[in-house]
This record gives sequence, structure tokens and C-alpha cells, in this order.
Amino acid sequence: MAYSQPHPRLSVPSNSSQTSVDHPSSSRFSLPSAAQKPNPSRPSIYDKNLNKSRFAEVSGSSFAFLFSEIVQYTQKRVSGINDLERRLNTLGYRVGIRVLELMVWRTESSSKAPKREIRLLPALMAIHTQVWKAVYGKTADGIEKSVENADEYMIIDNDPPIERHVSVPRDMSQLSCSSFTAGIVEAVLDGLGFPARVTAHNTPNAQHPSRTTILIKLDRSVLEREELLK
Amino acid sequence: MTIYGLWIINKAGGLVYQRNFAEGLAQLSSNEYLVLAGTLHGIHAITSRISPIGPSSGAQVIEGENFKLTILLTATGTKLVLLTSLPDASAQLILQKTYEAYADAVMKNPFHTPEMPIRSEGFDTRITDLIGTGQTS
Repeated sequence: MAYSQPHPRLSVPSNSSQTSVDHPSSSRFSLPSAAQKPNPSRPSIYDKNLNKSRFAEVSGSSFAFLFSEIVQYTQKRVSGINDLERRLNTLGYRVGIRVLELMVWRTESSSKAPKREIRLLPALMAIHTQVWKAVYGKTADGIEKSVENADEYMIIDNDPPIERHVSVPRDMSQLSCSSFTAGIVEAVLDGLGFPARVTAHNTPNAQHPSRTTILIKLDRSVLEREELLK
Repeated sequence: MTIYGLWIINKAGGLVYQRNFAEGLAQLSSNEYLVLAGTLHGIHAITSRISPIGPSSGAQVIEGENFKLTILLTATGTKLVLLTSLPDASAQLILQKTYEAYADAVMKNPFHTPEMPIRSEGFDTRITDLIGTGQTS
């Protein structure tokens, strides 16, 4: 279905010629098809208590195998590294939408004063700690502001769990599988009202060979609003 | 114990990984390694058939005059082979750990094709950490 055409990009116009305005964003959302009937004997995941599964964990190995298959499946259907990263980003975006919604509902029911982040820095901090904790079970290792560009922020992870078992071959060395994480971040920022374009880059150092930087390039409207809120 | 080398043989008898550690064995060309691995695959198949009682997992150790070959057969038919000196205390343990590294860094790596030669930096690093120069006390 959607695989034959270049998939729609996200809320901010990207370097790709396609924008989400031209295409209804079919690949950003996965809706269950009408043919799938719920099994009445098993309670649906939607009926379960949200906070019961809050600290539940899935097996790291199962996830590693699943993620490996996702990358292989995607790799067979793309024409290059950029395309592969965009696809992974889109898949992460679908996860991110749900992560944000789930986190909001969970704090809604457990905290007395649930709060929505409206300022940029607290929002970034929330992604760095809460989103990372919810998704990966640990916090990210740092937030940095770009020196050169005022609209760029970076979230740094020294050892991204999804890349722990990935060895990228030399001829694809620019590829960062953390584009999936970038998609999650992009969806959360979008959902909070901070449209941005998010990409992932390998920035290894001596101690951390798989250190990864998630680069956030904010939409101009976000910076303008921040100015007004000051 | 001295560890001379590590081979990984896929279920069809092809050598998918070969690495030398300590000096001490004759240097062979890559073709000769392939032939040896294929031969070992065959011998292993025979030993698993000729067991007098019940089904057998085949040869586990082959000993020479001054070296020893320890074989770990995995559930999927991949064979891990460790070449060591005769007095060996931990060959089985090292093979187990190698298997673990194989499962982590090779099978979970999206850029590895099953049954094909292993080219994974992560696996090389894990093996270097595990065996190093091949000298263990």
C-alpha cells in the first residue's frame, strides 16, 4: 500500500520534496483493519489498568530480535540510507504518539496536579528523563544546546539500548538505527506542540563507542513563541 | 591453557568465522581452513551416527599430541570449535561464553545474514574481550 510511494514527512517541511500536506498521513498512523475482530475470550489491552503495567518490562533479547527484524524488513524496501532512516523515524513516530498519550494518562491518574509542559526547556527535560525512562528504563545522558544554531538542541545517549547489538557495516557507517528513537522524540515534541525535525547521529568517543546524539531542529514558530512567553 | 584459534561452522559445514589468537599452530591459507572445517563437519556427522547407545550429539573433544579441539554444538546445528593446548581448564566455559556473544552480537544484528560469514565489529570486540591474546592462566 503505502510502500510504493515516498512516505509523507512530518509536520515541518523537510529536505525531501514531499510534505505531509500533499499526502494524508497514512503511514504515520497504523489503524487496525476492519477485518481483525477482537477475541472476546481475552480482555483487550485497552481494558487493562494503565498503571499496572507502568513498571513492567519486556525482555531485552526479544526486543533486540524484533528490532533487528524491523531493520531488516525496512532495509529490503528502501533505496538508500536516508530512506532507511526516514522509515525508521516514521516507525518511531508511531511509537512516540502512543508513548506521549500513555504517559499523560498515567500521570493523570497518579498525580494530584497533572501538568502539561508548555515551555521548551522543561519539555526537553521531560523527554530526557521521563520519556527515556518509560521507553528504555533509564534516562538519557545529557542535553546540549547547539552553539552555532539557536534552534538546535541535542539529547545524548551514551549507550542506546536499541543499538546495543547492532554492528553497522562499514559501507553504511552514516546510518544510525537510533533514527527510531528520533521518531519517538519527534512525535512527543509534536504532541506537546513543539514541531521539530529530529534526526539521529553517531558521535562515538573513546569510552562510549555507540554514543548517539539525537539532534532536534525546532520549527521557527516554537522559538517565536518562546520569545513571547519570556 | 593456551587458546590457538576459534572457528564457527554453520549447519551446512561452511566456515563462517575463523580467528587465530596465540602462536603455535601451523599457518594455513583460508582455503585450507575451509577444507578443514568441512572435514570436521563430516567427521562430526559420522560420530553422531556411530554412537552405540541412542542418539548422540557427536564428538565433543578431539585430542592430538599437543593440541586439543573442543566442539560445542548449538541447538540450531551451528558448531563452535576452540583449538587449545592440552591442559585445558575452561574450554567449555569459553565456548559457552562465545555462544552467548554469538547470540547477542551476531544473531541480533540486523546486518547479519544467517549462514553467511560473520562480519560484525561488535562480535570481534566481544571475542577480543573474552579471549584476548589467547593466554589464560
